[in-house]
Amino acid sequence: MSTGLRANVHRRQRMMRWAVIGVVLVFFALPLLGMLDFTTKDINTGARSLATWRTLANVGQINEQYPTLATGFVNSIGLAVITPIVMLVILVPTMTWVRLRLPWLNRTVEFISLLPLTVPAIVLVVGLTPIYSWLTGWLRFLLGDSIGESTLWLSLAYVILVLPYAYRSLDAGLRAIDVKTLSEAARSLGASWPVVMWRIVLPNLRTAVLSASFLSVALVLGEFTIANLFSRTNLQVAMFLLAKSNAQISIAVGLVSLVFAFLVLFAMSFIGGTPGGGLRHRRALRRSQKETA
Amino acid sequence: MADAPRGRALGGLRPSGALLGVVPFFAYTTVFLLIPTLVVVIGAFVGTGGFTLDNVTGLFSAGSAYVTALEQSIVLSAVTALIGALVGAVLAYAVSTAKPGGVVKRFVTSLSGVLAQFGGVALAFAFLATFGGVGYMTKVLNDLGVSTGSGLWIYEWNKGLMLVYLYFQIPLMLIVFLPAVEGLRPQWREATETLGGTTWTYWRRVAGPILFPPFVGATLLLFTNAFSAYATAKAIVTQGAPLVPLQIDGALTSEVLLGQANVGRAMAMTMVVVVAVVMVIYAWVDRRASRWLAR
Repeated sequence: MSTGLRANVHRRQRMMRWAVIGVVLVFFALPLLGMLDFTTKDINTGARSLATWRTLANVGQINEQYPTLATGFVNSIGLAVITPIVMLVILVPTMTWVRLRLPWLNRTVEFISLLPLTVPAIVLVVGLTPIYSWLTGWLRFLLGDSIGESTLWLSLAYVILVLPYAYRSLDAGLRAIDVKTLSEAARSLGASWPVVMWRIVLPNLRTAVLSASFLSVALVLGEFTIANLFSRTNLQVAMFLLAKSNAQISIAVGLVSLVFAFLVLFAMSFIGGTPGGGLRHRRALRRSQKETA
Repeated sequence: MADAPRGRALGGLRPSGALLGVVPFFAYTTVFLLIPTLVVVIGAFVGTGGFTLDNVTGLFSAGSAYVTALEQSIVLSAVTALIGALVGAVLAYAVSTAKPGGVVKRFVTSLSGVLAQFGGVALAFAFLATFGGVGYMTKVLNDLGVSTGSGLWIYEWNKGLMLVYLYFQIPLMLIVFLPAVEGLRPQWREATETLGGTTWTYWRRVAGPILFPPFVGATLLLFTNAFSAYATAKAIVTQGAPLVPLQIDGALTSEVLLGQANVGRAMAMTMVVVVAVVMVIYAWVDRRASRWLAR
């Protein structure tokens, strides 16, 4: 009787699950199909045509006909490399150090790191305008015009944008390992602090560092607000500008960027969220909750 | 307590030396986060002759475009937050019943991650390509006998924008709410059944009360998310500035008038105030929720 009841509940749950997920996925698929449809259509005749995609696959032609797109792409790649590095350099040593030596600062660091969640990007732009004009002035003076005005300096602002997400995944990673015991052991074996950081903490944080970096990369590739308002060209801004002259190319780029971001996240879900790691993390969390209680 | 001697054992540097280790982080966040925030908050009250309330009162003069934009932003955010939260919660529950670590769950959460956080301009274009003049959905709808009128509805803040905002609100809800739904233990349901409760009893008396605080919290988060969204609106709206972020955009890009910079700061300030109010409510709900769960 009771197993029959359970099976019944399970069957109903399964049906409900497929119905809900199916409906919502169709809703989400509509615009993506719309993009595919729009980019494989000849605007004048309405017939199917792969012309847009052929243009997009031809790097030389893109460089020549759509220089904005090429610039935006290169800039975005540069930003996606620099931002995670700066983020890791700022965040990992600080978070580890605070845990080891200055636990009373932990709440402050957490508060500051999560603060960007409550400051809309566009507000940040308003506040950053004077900072950047000051910074650009100095950079131009010190490094010359071409470097000083480079789009890549945007990554300094992007680090702030990715801070909350990076903090959370690094925090989860640090909770799962016993930093204190590990570094005590390393220190008593004669390791210096830089060695502890590089050879003990970092390897143990591999997964967390990886997922924080992936998140940063994805966020940087999707960033539009700051770049657009500072009149710098990254991939998203290029797409936005291109839409005015050639909507098909621009939408094709949009589709590629969405699919790429999806693949990155999908791959990441296999790296980061292994069941074992999740369990370990949860156990560590419960332990830390017990300690604070 | 055990930490104190341990901390000393890890020493080798005096406390002042230990503080040096966090200088880079605090210096960086001061320059790129705290000072910009202060620029906005203080700049909103600075005029040519020092302290002034003119920037703020100027925004709220009767019938100003800014007040309309603020109202529309709040309505848009509230409506999409509510609908997004309801649909997203049902979706989160459906996904939570799937096999943990299975492909379905990974697929849906990854897709949601993309749409919620990295969509922006691409999402807006997707929407235009689907429901715009030459979009295939427009054709499908017309074939079905549903008139889309002049096709201009997609550019209106209370029709097209609301629909496209749902494309990132629902996924965001899934991401924030999924952990809460996954916290529901099957044993609770079994216990309810053993005690003679129906499915309705379970939802009304057990799962509902547990999920309510995180649900409210997530809805508030969705509100601030929609309220601060800029990219999607910018890519869709071509005329006028029906929303606050677009108003700020206008103030930033057209610094023709003297002192326009401080008007932009005043606009940004009102945005910060709205978000801060929502966040205070969020913190309050969150505290109540955790107190309730700890008992």
